Amino acid sequence: MELLSGGEMIARALEDEGVEYIFGYPGGAVLHIYDALFKDCKVPHILVRHEQAATHAADGYARATGKPGVVLVTSGPGATNAITGIATAYMDSIPMVVLSGQVQSHLIGEDAFQETDMIGISRPIVKHSFMVKRTEDLPQMIKKAFYIASTGRPGPVVIDIPKDLTRPDEKFEYNYPKSVKMRSYSPAQRGHTGQIKKAAKMLLGAKRPMIYAGGGVIQGDGSELLTQLARELNYPVTNTLMGLGAYPGSDRQFLGMLGMHGLYEANMAMHHSDCILAVGARFDDRVTNTVDKFCPGAKVIHIDIDPATISKIVMADIPIVGPVQSVLTELLGQITLLREKDSALPDESALDRWWQQIEEWRSAHGLFTGRRYGQSDLIMPQQVIESLYRVTDGDAYVTSDVGQHQMFAAQYYPFDEPRRWINSGGLGTMGFGLPAAMGVKLAFPDMEVACVTGEGSIQMNIQELSTCKQYKTAVKIINLRNNYLGMVKQWQDMQYEGRYAMSTYEDSLPDFVKLMEAYGHVGIQVDKLDDLEGAMKEAFALKDKLVFLDVIIDPMEHVYPMHIAPNGSMKDMWLSKNERT
Amino acid sequence: MRRIISMLMENEPGALSRVVGLFSQRGYNIETLNVAPTDDATLSRLTLTTVGTDLHIEKLTKQLNKLVDVVKLVDLTEGAHIERDMMLIKIRATGAAREEVKRVTDIFRGQIVDVSPNVYTIQLSGTSDKLDSFVAAMAEADILEVVRSGVAGISRGEKVLSL
Repeated sequence: MELLSGGEMIARALEDEGVEYIFGYPGGAVLHIYDALFKDCKVPHILVRHEQAATHAADGYARATGKPGVVLVTSGPGATNAITGIATAYMDSIPMVVLSGQVQSHLIGEDAFQETDMIGISRPIVKHSFMVKRTEDLPQMIKKAFYIASTGRPGPVVIDIPKDLTRPDEKFEYNYPKSVKMRSYSPAQRGHTGQIKKAAKMLLGAKRPMIYAGGGVIQGDGSELLTQLARELNYPVTNTLMGLGAYPGSDRQFLGMLGMHGLYEANMAMHHSDCILAVGARFDDRVTNTVDKFCPGAKVIHIDIDPATISKIVMADIPIVGPVQSVLTELLGQITLLREKDSALPDESALDRWWQQIEEWRSAHGLFTGRRYGQSDLIMPQQVIESLYRVTDGDAYVTSDVGQHQMFAAQYYPFDEPRRWINSGGLGTMGFGLPAAMGVKLAFPDMEVACVTGEGSIQMNIQELSTCKQYKTAVKIINLRNNYLGMVKQWQDMQYEGRYAMSTYEDSLPDFVKLMEAYGHVGIQVDKLDDLEGAMKEAFALKDKLVFLDVIIDPMEHVYPMHIAPNGSMKDMWLSKNERT
Repeated sequence: MRRIISMLMENEPGALSRVVGLFSQRGYNIETLNVAPTDDATLSRLTLTTVGTDLHIEKLTKQLNKLVDVVKLVDLTEGAHIERDMMLIKIRATGAAREEVKRVTDIFRGQIVDVSPNVYTIQLSGTSDKLDSFVAAMAEADILEVVRSGVAGISRGEKVLSL
């Protein structure tokens, strides 16, 4: 048995856990750990420029790979800076392990330099947290942290480590546990067979079925099974913002994203459905519009790994708690059995009528392409996303920040595979896109990684351009530049009679092209549609370079469709500035 | 409806704050809270009372069950159960009130556990209702201080909350 210090144990445990990258920032309370990493640790450490970016980068890595992202920060401001990123991961159920330094044990509670109650501050936004009391407990706690973060409904786990427990001169036996069992934590391993049978029956009896799949399908690696299910039954599928890619975006059966900025056909089909199969989705308020008016004729089958999500907002007629893979496998089996008994299931003629109706919706107000407002000769934001899609063959990892550009990307870049669309859906964190793209690019250096952003969001973590330089992470940043905080402006246009309170920068924006040069990257500005495709190609042709494509777009464009709120239902939408359902 | 929710949780630092924090985080109210170690030193028993509809309570218990520190949980109000709240109450006992306070205490089967020339300290246990009634019955008297333990509860019969 080996004797290791606390710092060495952490370095070794991360190796033993198979961690690929540590995203972090050093400081007083974690210096022993950093020294241990420096001396002997195979896991590369990525030095970010702000701790928030460490969490987003780890988050992006986790979303793209399915493995927990790992963050190491110091106490006090290091820990508090990480909070936004932890909350982002929590809201979207992303596996993450955050190691935060803490002041020495004997100083805790004395308002010591760089002391903050990290366990207390992070409590509402973590799946669980550990305060280390004895160095000997470190391996066990780290193992538990990875186990909790990555199983069940995933989420971030914080381990707070007082500095004295990592000192190099105190060594203890190190033995990294192979597995861990906790009496108070045992996520469901499979769904209830009786419930699954009922669900199969209800699903096959539906005349206007809808499959509503969310991020849980991606997190639970259930995309293939979901696709198989939908294809076998020829049922229409919609994905949430978090679920894009769970079902192939360019497939005929895919109706697009649903919700506040969901596609017309997706929202209409949801509203008129008689049976909704919700998988790994949580009926978020950005999906349902007014809950009392949500899909009035629909029976709901709700599959989720987290029992607390089921019937939280919309009552489920058939709740099924379990991992998406095992539940869908069993559901497919039951469907096959039922169809063997009764080959008339599902009702093909009803389904034909349903598809006919959907196609009518689709052709009436499907996704808008081409110029919407004739008077403007500026580039439309949608055209930029379409160009990005063409140039990357629809095969890129796309991260985004938060705002109009995020919705345009979600609407106009159909993702055919899971884990390709990486955005902050639940918390809506501006500044997420660039660091997340770094994490993705590090995980998949040979893949194209684009960050779709706006000049508001990008400036919230723009310092990471320096990190990208250091680690040669050649991501492409597509800046939809309208010189406004676009989504804020859109709401101000629609609800505040165009009073742009604090949503413009006046003349204060930097020259992004020069800024990129200063950081050692490449900046390209485009303001004519004719130049757009060429510039996009050029950006992606510069393989080893981070390229910032600054695209001047029409500032007056809004994101549509848009749910009418308050008191609207799924089918109540603005379709353009002057047209509504 | 009033509910008594009782749980076994890991006797770890921070466990209590997770339970209490969940209530404020999710907008629930705690009316009473009682927590102490059990015969198993690694476990604490926490009992709380709250008010809500069935749906409300179902959501709440699901969220509580999700906490990693919560090992097992029961809504005692779903079955036959015994609940006890304990109160220490100081009442001014001078003149005619001295005899009256003693009489009412006897009726409620309370005990006078401390006596001074002007004050009785009374111990009373029972359901929360009973303690409320006692306080109401003392409305005429001069109540100086009230301390209540919060409800502790246990199921009747064979049913146990254990690992």
